[in-house]
Amino acid sequence: MDLFEYQAKELFAEYGVPVPKDKVANTAEEAREITTAFAAEGIPQVVVKAQVKTGGRGKAGGVKLADSPADAYEKSERIIGMDIKGHTVHRVLIAEASDIKSEYYLSFLLDRANRTFLSICSVDGGVEIEELAHTNPDAIARVPINPLAGVDHAKALEIVRAGRIPAEAEEGAALVAERLWAMFTDEDATLAEVNPLVLTPDGRVLALDGKVTLDDNAAFRQEHARFADIESTDPLEVRAQEKHLNYVKLDGQIGIIGNGAGLVMSTLDVVAYAGEAFGGVTAANFLDIGGGASAAVMADSLEIVLSDPAVRSVFVNVFGGITACDAVADGIVSALGLLAERGESVTKPIVVRLDGNNAAKGRQILIDAALPAVEQVDTMDGAAKRAAELAAKGA
Amino acid sequence: MAIFLTADSKILIQGITGGEGRKHGTRMLAAGAKVVGGTNPKKAGTTVELNGEQVPVFAGVKETIEATGADVSVIFVPAAGTKAAVIEAIDAEIPLAIVITEGIPVHDSAEFWAYANEKGNKTRIVGPNCPGIASPGKSYAGIIPADITSHGPIGLVSKSGTLTYQMMYELRDIGFSTAVGIGGDPIIGTTHIDALAAFEADPETKAIVMIGEIGGDAEERAAAFIDKNVTKPVVGYVAGFMAPEGKTMGHAGAIISGSAGTAQAKKEALEKAGVRVGKTPSETAALVREVIKGLQ
Repeated sequence: MDLFEYQAKELFAEYGVPVPKDKVANTAEEAREITTAFAAEGIPQVVVKAQVKTGGRGKAGGVKLADSPADAYEKSERIIGMDIKGHTVHRVLIAEASDIKSEYYLSFLLDRANRTFLSICSVDGGVEIEELAHTNPDAIARVPINPLAGVDHAKALEIVRAGRIPAEAEEGAALVAERLWAMFTDEDATLAEVNPLVLTPDGRVLALDGKVTLDDNAAFRQEHARFADIESTDPLEVRAQEKHLNYVKLDGQIGIIGNGAGLVMSTLDVVAYAGEAFGGVTAANFLDIGGGASAAVMADSLEIVLSDPAVRSVFVNVFGGITACDAVADGIVSALGLLAERGESVTKPIVVRLDGNNAAKGRQILIDAALPAVEQVDTMDGAAKRAAELAAKGA
Repeated sequence: MAIFLTADSKILIQGITGGEGRKHGTRMLAAGAKVVGGTNPKKAGTTVELNGEQVPVFAGVKETIEATGADVSVIFVPAAGTKAAVIEAIDAEIPLAIVITEGIPVHDSAEFWAYANEKGNKTRIVGPNCPGIASPGKSYAGIIPADITSHGPIGLVSKSGTLTYQMMYELRDIGFSTAVGIGGDPIIGTTHIDALAAFEADPETKAIVMIGEIGGDAEERAAAFIDKNVTKPVVGYVAGFMAPEGKTMGHAGAIISGSAGTAQAKKEALEKAGVRVGKTPSETAALVREVIKGLQ
């Protein structure tokens, strides 16, 4: 899960990483109140920052200085509701404007290739690290971190020196590195980035902006749910999450249900190739019912996929390894029965391909049930083609 | 021969008394694998009935090895306890530990991998979040179904479980020397490269199928390895061309970050190394068929 800047900075502050004083505003009125309160505390100028999970906010006009509560109101009103690269701005962060002497870069991240963690540090900050990697790769230090040893003060100093951060900011930056590492490990993060890390004219080192990604696999031992971003999550994804389904909403017309992440990813591809002959129809979603999926999971899955108004046909693609195809077939029959009981008639065609463990039994269950919406095709390619054809017809 | 897992492999199961451990222990025994024991500190000294056999339960991996000579551990313990289980296997210096469990925090995987390095890598780790290893007709360690296919000349290495099964099914008339599921997590023990090197050295394996998916650059690095070190024919398949950027597709490691980790980049890297890459699983199987025909 990616966090908003304000959430990342909440975590920074919790772990003692110095950040400018700030507060979130959901409305322009709140922005005015916060700015008024800040002014009373001797903060004359603030930055109004759009809270979206994408880069390039500044260029898009989502970050503005404000000199007064009225100014903050006006700028917030312009920024809230703005669309930045497809992300709607729902709130702004009102932050104390900091005097900046220098801008640096510091992060901890997962290094998949080396199966460990890495710290990236650079005396050049403020631009995206990918951009810096192109323009000035020599200015970037990459320091491997042994997860068993962690980052103590000596290691932190090694990182900031490798990044050629000047002596006047060295201690401050090393302190940030040490505390950022504590946050990174204690919170099960896979990315903790401070960019820019700034040196103020009075010698303080502050995290001016931050990006944090948390490991979803660690949810069982963390309180990450408090960061959930329901309002910008697709409503179908929210419903799927509630039912513990592994679902991702996509842009196409063919609903996909399969078992195993690899097979479902492959199904999205195969459906898109088949769709080329039918006006370019593609998958409407990714949905992995996992290994050993029960009839109840299949029922929940069909319900979610069929309720998507963009879906014109459904492709159920199951290779029974652990999952038994007869259980999948039972799931399809009971799901459709359940929907019929609720008076929701299923008119969208469902193409089913069952192979592997108990495939013959599963196929027979579907033949016997004689469901008008269900059609069986024996191969993955053939079923993808049929689902694409039906989706194109239903247009 | 086969790679990593042979007919002589003696398998222990960490988490043998749990639901998954019992279910798959039974299947492994039914398939002919030598499951010699398992661990559960609370039930040490008892037995658990799997496939009609009384399989002994020991306090730990070390005790199981001492009593049975086990040389492979299959780990089914829940995610919260997996790091400790892998570290126990490393401490016992078991030659092969296969981590089936999914949903392990990546900090835990990074830690047990660093621990394995510190201890001199005496234990080969496969997984986590993988279906395990099958050497058809010889042994099964994990959850790969035994009834899909039999012994043959194809070696398979894959990030995905169901695509492994699908490919074994498509090529069931030809058969496999070994199928290795390396898992879909961002940090895994055994990589495509490790399996490719072992298949290259295995006289029984005549052709190799490599299945990858979006995320990371393991396929690109495997392509560079193939270019320099693999003389046997390799056919590739990559899943996830239609996956959007920034979304995790089921496997924790299957995510495109910015422009990194795309299926297109992986396909191009493999093709540059002389690997024929199928567009779909069935086209990939057809390519393997051609390769096998050409060898005869």
